[in-house]
Amino acid sequence: MQTNDTLRLGGKEFSSRFILGSGKYSMKLIEAAVRDAGAEIVTLAVRRANTREQENILDFIPKTVTLLPNTSGARNAEEAVRIARLARELGCGDFVKIEIMRDSKYLLPDNAETVKATEILAKEGFTVLPYMFPDLNVARDLESAGAAAVMPLASPIGSNRGLAAGDFIQILIDEISLPIIVDAGIGCPSQACRAMEMGAAAVMANTALATAGDLAGMAAAFRLAIEAGRKAYLAGLGRVLSRGASSSDPLTGFLRD
Amino acid sequence: MDNRYFVDSEFLSPAALEKKHRLEQDPASRADPMAYLPGMEDIHSDLSQRVLSRVAAFRPEAYSAREVRAALSHRVRNEEDLMALLSPAAEPFLEEMALLAKEETSRHFGNTVYFFTPLYIANYCENYCVYCGFNCYNHIRRMKLNEKQIEREMKVIADSGMEEILILTGESRAESDLAYIGQACRTARTYFRNVGLEIYPVNTEEYRFLHECGADYVTVFQETYDIKKYETLHLLGHKRVWPYRFDAQERALLGGMRGVAFSALLGLSDFRRDALATALHACYLQKKYPWAEISLSCPRLRPIINNEKIGPQDVGEKQLCQILCAYRLFLPFAGITVSSRESAAFRNGIVKIAATKISAGVSTGIGDHERKYTGKQDHEEGDGQFEISDGRSFGAMYRDMEEEGLQPVVNDALYV
Repeated sequence: MQTNDTLRLGGKEFSSRFILGSGKYSMKLIEAAVRDAGAEIVTLAVRRANTREQENILDFIPKTVTLLPNTSGARNAEEAVRIARLARELGCGDFVKIEIMRDSKYLLPDNAETVKATEILAKEGFTVLPYMFPDLNVARDLESAGAAAVMPLASPIGSNRGLAAGDFIQILIDEISLPIIVDAGIGCPSQACRAMEMGAAAVMANTALATAGDLAGMAAAFRLAIEAGRKAYLAGLGRVLSRGASSSDPLTGFLRD
Repeated sequence: MDNRYFVDSEFLSPAALEKKHRLEQDPASRADPMAYLPGMEDIHSDLSQRVLSRVAAFRPEAYSAREVRAALSHRVRNEEDLMALLSPAAEPFLEEMALLAKEETSRHFGNTVYFFTPLYIANYCENYCVYCGFNCYNHIRRMKLNEKQIEREMKVIADSGMEEILILTGESRAESDLAYIGQACRTARTYFRNVGLEIYPVNTEEYRFLHECGADYVTVFQETYDIKKYETLHLLGHKRVWPYRFDAQERALLGGMRGVAFSALLGLSDFRRDALATALHACYLQKKYPWAEISLSCPRLRPIINNEKIGPQDVGEKQLCQILCAYRLFLPFAGITVSSRESAAFRNGIVKIAATKISAGVSTGIGDHERKYTGKQDHEEGDGQFEISDGRSFGAMYRDMEEEGLQPVVNDALYV
């Protein structure tokens, strides 16, 4: 088992594997959520940060965390690229989560446009984390395009429905050498734990916390679940036998050399 | 015809009065509401027929508690469910609807509430819409802000903390032409992050021009989807052309706008049918243009200058709440705006259930923000379109929303 288990992204190392969203809840709760989640990466919508408001969301995110600005609002690669550049200008750093939606109802990501934007932004020196629908071919394209990680959705965003796309995420985990960060749809700590047991590098959550009775309490529960899942993955889960019990008298016992 | 709307101004000439009375009394004197006027673009959309045929088949009285319960139990609600939720049978289920609506709102929008303020830059109008304070026969102080005045008003509003503005005009192409509105959008872009428009409907390429000037969303109220009723309320002017107005949102999207907003003015006709039509109009358009951001408004009739008799008719606050819950349950992802036509108490309550956007620091008058915001009065003002009910300032609204446990958001848009 590894002793120094860190998540490496864009030349940085993170000991937390819980990426926290900052939308959908009161800005004054962000600090407590970050603390209780033990989060080192916090996402935020550039459109929320692009404000003259006295209470800018950027002021509520502790300076110790790495910002992961997202391009929500982009409808194509060109718009995502413009929003990413704006994030850099706003002082959000070089990390960017690409979100491109051509659907205002389900907010499903547009994989083709996401690959295009990833290629452009990776060349510009961004640490690109693309949000995507879990498709192996697209994940390979994102890897070739220079993504730092891949962020497949688990189920429709905001749905709290868990690992509906679990089998396809597992394929990405098995086949892609980049960190796979499970994003969208994770509704409770047990689902986050399961994603980590599968071998996900990290889990991102927002709505599950925003809609919880006690936001900070739920943040802490997610942290524990993610840590538990990670430990289980590293320990190697016991075999799950599909039928019958393991025989103490193996079928191949007769073989002599 | 219902004459509670008709008011004769002593300032009208005998000829104008004679024409007004003829329009009011003789249907034959009025233009065909389905015939396009010269210059109006026909995009040959199928949407209005689809909406109208569904609404024609709607029998609000035919629903029972059984259908309402079924609608409430569904994870995704279809058109039949929407009809049940808008029917009188759903009235006893209001609290249950509100609880479910709150859940959907929170899932899609968290506890955020978005702020905007409307800015009326001109109140000239060429239409005779009998319920509207701006109508061309109503004697009010007419005014159109010039470029400098617009900028001064925008600065006062921006200084209050607002970052989203909705620019409105009366419906007069002659007084408020496209170049004038475009310039207002350009000025607005320098003061605000998000610029919306609520003006007379225009053609696709004109929407494209306004988008290039900085506007990103377009609100058009259909007023009523009941064409027979519409014809009796919009007696004169380009607004009388019902289908051109109906297709305005679609032309706006074709012209590059990011989002569009829909509404019926509740109280003009059968509110259940109008609410159904509004939701279907928005739904069908979003299906046709899946990237479009859609939102719904829910204005009720308000008194106007020179006519205090105008009011919301049979649409009480309970009915309004029912409609908004039905909208939320049918279109969980859509924005819902509640304007200052409604009271502070209603708005405080409804943002916790279904609404996602509210106006603050509102004035429907022309050029009066500076006086209202700073107390300074050194210039002319034009009269408002209707009387508002909730006059809270931006600061007061911000504090009140926080006290309600909500996160005020002054900007959630990027012009890209």
